Amino acid sequence: MGKLECSELTKVYQDHRKALDNVSFSVETKGIFGLIGRNGAGKTTLIRILATELEQTSGTASINDLDILKQTDKLREKIAIVPQEARPIRWMTPKQTVMSYLLWRGYPYKQANQLAAESLKKLNMEQYANTLNSRLSGGTKRKVLIATATASEAEIIFLDEPTTGLDPISRRELWDILRELGKTRFIFLTTHYLDEAEQLADQIGILKEGKLVSIGSLSDLRQSSRFQYSLKMPPNVQVPPLVDGEVTVGSSGYTQIMTNEAEAFSLARLLSEQNVKFSITPVTLDDIFFRIVGQKARDE
Amino acid sequence: MKRSRLSQILAGVLVNAIYEMKNYPIVLISTVISPLSLLFVITFVSGGALFGTAIEGGLIMIFFSSGIALQSDLAHLKNDFKLQDMVVSSPTTSRMYMGGMALAEIVYSLPALVILVALAGIYLHPSLIQIGILSIVLLLMFAVSVAIGFMLSTFSSDVVQSYAFSRMLTLLFATLPPVYYPITYVPSPFNYLAYLSPTTYAAEIIHSATGFLHISTNMLILDWAVLLVVSAVILFVAVKKTRWRDV
Repeated sequence: MGKLECSELTKVYQDHRKALDNVSFSVETKGIFGLIGRNGAGKTTLIRILATELEQTSGTASINDLDILKQTDKLREKIAIVPQEARPIRWMTPKQTVMSYLLWRGYPYKQANQLAAESLKKLNMEQYANTLNSRLSGGTKRKVLIATATASEAEIIFLDEPTTGLDPISRRELWDILRELGKTRFIFLTTHYLDEAEQLADQIGILKEGKLVSIGSLSDLRQSSRFQYSLKMPPNVQVPPLVDGEVTVGSSGYTQIMTNEAEAFSLARLLSEQNVKFSITPVTLDDIFFRIVGQKARDE
Repeated sequence: MKRSRLSQILAGVLVNAIYEMKNYPIVLISTVISPLSLLFVITFVSGGALFGTAIEGGLIMIFFSSGIALQSDLAHLKNDFKLQDMVVSSPTTSRMYMGGMALAEIVYSLPALVILVALAGIYLHPSLIQIGILSIVLLLMFAVSVAIGFMLSTFSSDVVQSYAFSRMLTLLFATLPPVYYPITYVPSPFNYLAYLSPTTYAAEIIHSATGFLHISTNMLILDWAVLLVVSAVILFVAVKKTRWRDV
């Protein structure tokens, strides 16, 4: 199994803005990797560098042993990207969109035509194949682009915020598609929807101000987090003193305690004895993310 | 997998011309209007005397403005649809992308081109040598304008500016200079200003080759020299400055 490896990847734009700061990590190129971070954290810069669209200022990166700068041509045969804010061209139909992309990848016309039809069929979009893109809904337009990138032989698909702006149902439809894709290809996606990363990604990276501050599976992130459990209870409950934990009051008024496993269960016993209604769950990606990027971000 | 370069060129032609013409046939009419409208104006105003040079001017305008139109079209596809980003991260090279898109501009202009070539055949009766000269000059004009168009598009981040710039360049280099009529019609000192545009040299060569302008051999050599040097310089700068992968 191959790897995507970044070593001290740094990007400073011409206006001297540092978008990436010594990013180093290594992940296996299988399943789905989710990169999360706030707006401006460097997600798009990283995905554009890895997809060979943008040159880094320093550092190196390779995908399945192909250097992104030195072996660009070979790498481009194995990758495809759906950029952030990409839209299918409005004077074309979905079938024409997928087909032209395959022609650009060098497929013969007949094969491109056949693969375009198959790709749209896989995504249940046959009925829209010959409708103008300008007449499609936002969710369907996004599916056209996913069908475009996945119609090819590319083993690695980069998706930059693929579900931004979609309604909840369209988002979930796309999640199902991405889950299926992740079984046969490596999907590298960026998102600022934490539930999306939690639902889809086998490995998650957290970017904060251009630095990769955490990486691993959700379970790894929980383990490496200072607190592994979260208890939620009504606002009027007297919180017992904690040896190691953090108490926050959410905007909806509930009290949340994050603490380690031993203390969480001892607290749960105590609350049960007092007949207090509460919930106890492992910390979510939200909890981990907001602990890393700061409570201020959650309040915002 | 063996990749077809022909497919890569065809993709550009389909996206930037055929699909739009097929899905919106109205564009076929609009592509004809621009070069033919000036031809009619010049012909009517001159009482038919400048019909021949106006046909040649129409051809120069089509080839030059097609390349320049590439600038705004590519900027539109790059900035509004992120098409170029998708294509950069694929096995296509910038040359194949530009080649297909440039050819698309000519395909887009085919309706007007067919009319002008038919008019030229009927009215000018060009010899093989004249056809050869005309073809070389028009292809040079096209190469230069494509190079300018592609280079500018890779820097452009604003579509509105791109379209405005495209219109301005077409006006400055294909409408204002004496391409629809001989340069002898331009009074001094404006005729000197006209020589700032490479299309003036192209027009002089074509007008002289078809007998509408009488210039000395030295002047003709100078026209060719300037046209070739300008073309070489612009193509060189374009190759050096064009961005495929962003920095």
